[in-house]
Formats: sequence, C-alpha cells, structure tokens
Amino acid sequence: MSFSVPASLEAELDELTTHYPVKRSASLMFLHALQEHFGYISKDAVEWTARKLGLQPINVYELVTFYPMFRQEPLGKTHIKVCRTLSCSLAGSAELRERFCTRLGLDPHAHAAQTTPDGQFTVEFVECLASCGTAPVVLVNEDLHHKVGTAEADAILKQGQKA
Amino acid sequence: MPEPFKLILKNLDEPGFTPDIGCYQRHGGYEALKRALAMPARDLPDGKKLSPQEALREDVKASGLRGRGGAGFSAGLKWSFVDRRSGKPIYLICNADESEPGTFKDRQILHKDPHQLIEGMILSCWANDVKLAYIYIRGEMPVAAKLLNQALKEARAAGFLGKNILGTGYDLEIHVHRGAGAYICGEETGLIESLEGKRAYPRIKPPYFPAVLGLYMCPTIVNNVETLCHVKHIVLMGPTEYAKLGTPNNTGTRIVSLSGDVQKPGYYEIQVGRVTLGELIFDPNFGGGLKPGRTLKAIIPGGSSSKVLKAGEVFKLNRKGADGQMAKVDVSLLDLPYDFDSLQQAGTMSGSSAVIVLDDSRSMVQTLGNLSEFYAHESCGQCTPCREGALWLSKATHRLSHGEGRKADADYLTHIAQNIQGRTICAFGEAAAWPVLSFVKKFRDEFEAQGAADEAAHAKSQGTSSPKSSDPRSAAGSLQTH
Ligand SMILES: Cc1cc2nc3c(=O)[nH]c(=O)nc-3n(C[C@H](O)[C@H](O)[C@H](O)COP(=O)(O)O)c2cc1C
Ligand code: SF4
Ligand code: FES
Repeated sequence: MSFSVPASLEAELDELTTHYPVKRSASLMFLHALQEHFGYISKDAVEWTARKLGLQPINVYELVTFYPMFRQEPLGKTHIKVCRTLSCSLAGSAELRERFCTRLGLDPHAHAAQTTPDGQFTVEFVECLASCGTAPVVLVNEDLHHKVGTAEADAILKQGQKA
Repeated sequence: MPEPFKLILKNLDEPGFTPDIGCYQRHGGYEALKRALAMPARDLPDGKKLSPQEALREDVKASGLRGRGGAGFSAGLKWSFVDRRSGKPIYLICNADESEPGTFKDRQILHKDPHQLIEGMILSCWANDVKLAYIYIRGEMPVAAKLLNQALKEARAAGFLGKNILGTGYDLEIHVHRGAGAYICGEETGLIESLEGKRAYPRIKPPYFPAVLGLYMCPTIVNNVETLCHVKHIVLMGPTEYAKLGTPNNTGTRIVSLSGDVQKPGYYEIQVGRVTLGELIFDPNFGGGLKPGRTLKAIIPGGSSSKVLKAGEVFKLNRKGADGQMAKVDVSLLDLPYDFDSLQQAGTMSGSSAVIVLDDSRSMVQTLGNLSEFYAHESCGQCTPCREGALWLSKATHRLSHGEGRKADADYLTHIAQNIQGRTICAFGEAAAWPVLSFVKKFRDEFEAQGAADEAAHAKSQGTSSPKSSDPRSAAGSLQTH
C-alpha cells in the first residue's frame, strides 16, 4: 500500500508549520495529525514528516519512541485509557481495568496496551489524567468519563461494539 | 466558617456560563485588557517615568503573585530576570501540561473559561514585549485544545489578538501546541525542548535558565495557567487590593485540587493561607470529612511529589507574636494554614496545590508502590541516578506490596532515594525521591513489618531461616532480573 497524505491534510499541516519560527517545532503536531488520520505512525509517516520539516528520519522516529501517545501499530477503534495513578487507584481503577480486560477476553494481568483480535478495542493503563476529583476516570478516544462504575464500564463496551 | 473564595472560578461553574467570547464579554471579559492598553505612562515620585508595560510588570511584582505551577516562585521576579538587552525576541509559554498526580485545576479553566487564560496571557505578553506565545497543553486534553483554538480564533476576530491589537500598534500571536503523554514536559526546560520538536530532555541550569536561554535560545517566560489568569485580576483590582487577598507573602487565591478519601473531592478556590488543611478536609464547604467510620492516616499536601504528612504530626512554625517578635509556635497538622510558607516550614510543599487524603484503610506500602511506579515510568532517562534509581524504587516497593519484601527494604529504599536527590539535571529527581524518603521515615514500622512478614513467609516455604541477602548492592542486582 502506498503512503499518501490527502491534499487537505497536507495544507493543514503546512499552515501549522507557519506557527513556528523553526520548522522542526511542528513535528509533534505533525505526528498527532498523521496518527489521527492513519491510526498509527508508520515508517512512511516518519519519513514523510522528516522530508516536510527538513529533518533526518531519526529526528522524528526518536519522538515516536519517546512520547507514550504515539503508536507504531494500529490500535482498536475504541481506545480505553484507564487512569492507573494514585487517586484513581484508591477509587478502584485496577479492578476497573481488569473488568475491561476480562470482558474483552484480554489478559487482565498484562500491563501494556492490548488490542482485541477483531480490532474493536484497545485497553491500556495510563498515568494521571488530571481529573483526580472524579476518580476513577477513563479516557475513551477523546472523551473523558468520570466516576466510572461497573454499569458505565459496560456501557462503554456496548457503545464500542457498535463503532 | 471558612468559605471558598471565587476569583478565578467566579464564573466558570455558573449556570449558563459558556466558553465562548460573547458570554465571557457579558461577564466583563477583556475589560482588563482594554484598561491596561489604555494606561498612560506612570510618573514615579523620583521624577522617573514608567512605560505602561513596565508599570504592569511592577504591579505584578507588588501584588506578591507566586507561581501556581509548583515552585511558588514570584511571578514578578521571574519576569524581571528576562534578558531584555539581547535584542532577541522574547517568548512566553503557558504551561498547560497539568500532569502532577492529584492536580486537576487548570483543566477547569481550559475547558470552561479559556478566554480568562487568553486575556491573562495577552496582558502578560504585552507587559513583557512578547510577540509570539504558545500554550503547551498536554496531549491527553484534545477537547481543551480544540476549545482553546476556537477561543483564540474568536479573540483574533474581536481584535484582541493578531496585528495592531485594539489599535495600539501592538502585535501578538498565540498558538496551541500539544504534548504527547510525557509528564516530564511539565518541567519548564523539558517543555521548551519538546516545543522545539525534540525529546523532552530537561536542560541543565545553569546556563539554560529560560529567562535568558529558553525557547530557540531566546529569553522565555514559562508560567502556569492559573498564574497567568491572576494577572488579569491584578490589573482589575490593582496590586494593593489584590495583595489584601490571602496572607502576607502568600497573596491572592489558589485553586486546591482535593482527592482521595474524602466525602467531597473537588476543586476549591481559597484565599491562600486563610483555610487550614483540616478545614479543607473536614469542613462541609470543602471536603466534608472522611468516609464513615474512618480516621485520617496521612495527607499528601502538594501533588504526588510533595513529602507526605502523618496524622497527628506537630510542626514548629515561625509566627509573629503580639510583641511583633518572631517566635516558634507549635502547629498541629490539621491547623496548618494552606499556603506556600507554612507547608514549607512543615518540611513539605504546597507544590501544585493538590491535596490527596489517605484514611486508615490504606496501606502506605501499596500507596508508595503506586507513586513509585509513576516516577519509574516517567523518568526521561537522561541522568543515571534518576533513570536507574526510579526503577529500583519501583521494583522494591512492588515486591514489598507483592509478598516478596525484605526487612532491609526500608533502608534500601532510603539509600536509593538519597542517591537520586540533588544529583540530577532537573527536579524530577527530588520528585521521585521525596515521597519515598518521607513515606519510609514516617511509616517505617509499616515498611519493616511488611518486609519481615514476607521474609518469614518465604523462610517457612523454603524450610530455612536464612533470608535472602539484605545487602543493598546485591539487592539492586537481583532487582534487575526481577
Ligand atoms: C517534574 C516536573 C513536572 C512539572 N509539571 C508541571 C506541570 O504539569 N504544570 C506546571 O504548570 N508546572 C509544572 N512544573 C513546574 C514548571 O517547571 C515551572 O516551574 C512552572 O510551569 C512555572 O510556572 P509558575 O511560575 O507560574 O508556577 C513541573 C516541574 C517539574 C520539575
Ligand atoms: S532528573 Fe530524571 S527526569 Fe530530570 S533530566 Fe534527569 S533523568 Fe530526566
Ligand atoms: S489519578 Fe487518575 S486522574 Fe489523577
């Protein structure tokens, strides 16, 4: 499959580049946009970004490996990020993540991100999502869910089946 | 009864208050900007004149405003360090990376009142001759990033941003830049590297003080979201009135993020120092007390990096007596005024003003295990003591909370933490070490009992009474193969 960035996206990124006196600054924003469009950051996306910004591919690749939000393989359509950190943990986030995993047939003890074989869901533990007052919180794609109990967890899964 | 005091939070939770510019202006929005930009030069008693920009910088200094991001450094002083003679452009960056565990105050402003931040930023940029500024927002806040972009667009259309702002000839652009999930981007020099399109490796200071060698090696101001919002209120109230809020040297208001084992977790704005830790936790206007039947065990008073305080502790604080002399006074934990200086005198810090409450149902070993895992995950990896040490701390606390601890682990943890703090490029080293040092020091019995119990169980199952070596060095070796 050949890699091609739609003209409208490229125009958007060219505009973004003008926000910075030094083009390299736009790399994180490029990677966000490409990941949003393609679902993950491929080798081609890294090379394309490097070419656009006048960098070596390694300058871009080292960002993909450093920043936890960037992915090198496709993820599930519904990406469930359960907050692992203290306030959420006190409110039962470990049990919550286990519930998601068990219900989806994923390993409840594995720590890293896991994706279901049908590509519908990815479940992951992440660090404090800056909403500790409504613990436990879960970020589902772009939407933050507060005080997530078992009923809401199941509703998230039900919604995701339809995605 | 202690009351919340709403200055920054005045509008954002009011019914019908929306994040658009129309609503903001109906609530007096951008009046501070108009007023500041129309200010004449200020005559000083000694015959000198201050430009209106210089006058605002002086006002921020006089207001006593201290940074709300973590270190509590004087905002006015920070601005005064900016190198204005280099001829290089001056940049301003709003730190909206909010990722210190326990903290969720900036999120409220970003989502519900983005124009308040933008007005504060425009004022701060104008005062400091900044023409280009950024809002560095954490990657996990995509909705807030969109709201900010929309708000910036509205501000541009209204003539508050862009070229020739309000006809004064002043030009300013503000852009939103998204992080991508790394805690270390909150550290200001890591943030700057990240904004330059690199890994967020913090820079060594000296020489890389942002005020001199910041973004693109130009003078740069980095301020927290909440700090920048206060600038608007300093303009509206005047520095003298503003400084009457709060307490001396701890002026203004502060949004406290309260979480953990309380009835009513949430964000509460207070006059700095006019509410105590006890009131924050127990008063019906704030936390509303502990869960039924529970007693207080510990308080993490200023974000996960601050040193823990133990229920029942009493501190010696400097207080001015009736005779005007400073004297040491005993103040118990719950009577500690929530401010910068009192918490510092109590051996900890108010940090990002995130209070996490732990009741008697909690294991301090497990709690520290959770925090240490965070620091192990988030070390940027530049400095050996931090990269390796944070991992060892996490492994040792992990084994202690999973039945494989040793009695010597308490000493081992302390030993590693002591070898991280003060030996690293950035303050993350201290952030990783302080929870460990304070937890082990104040709850030593719990750590030792856990280790001893694990050793006993282990010896029993092995049929031998000689536990594994407790020499820290060999322990470190065995940890790596864990
Ligand atoms: C490890 C680490 C993480 C930090 N994270 C944040 C953060 O998420 N938000 C923030 O405003 N400041 C954070 N800070 C503090 C910043 O380095 C900086 O002091 C602050 O943004 C300055 O703004 P202020 O003076 O307005 O407080 C962090 C510091 C360290 C050492
Ligand atoms: S102290 Fe830790 S986080 Fe800070 S620069 Fe060193 S390795 Fe990175
Ligand atoms: S600990 Fe989960 S949002 Fe902060």
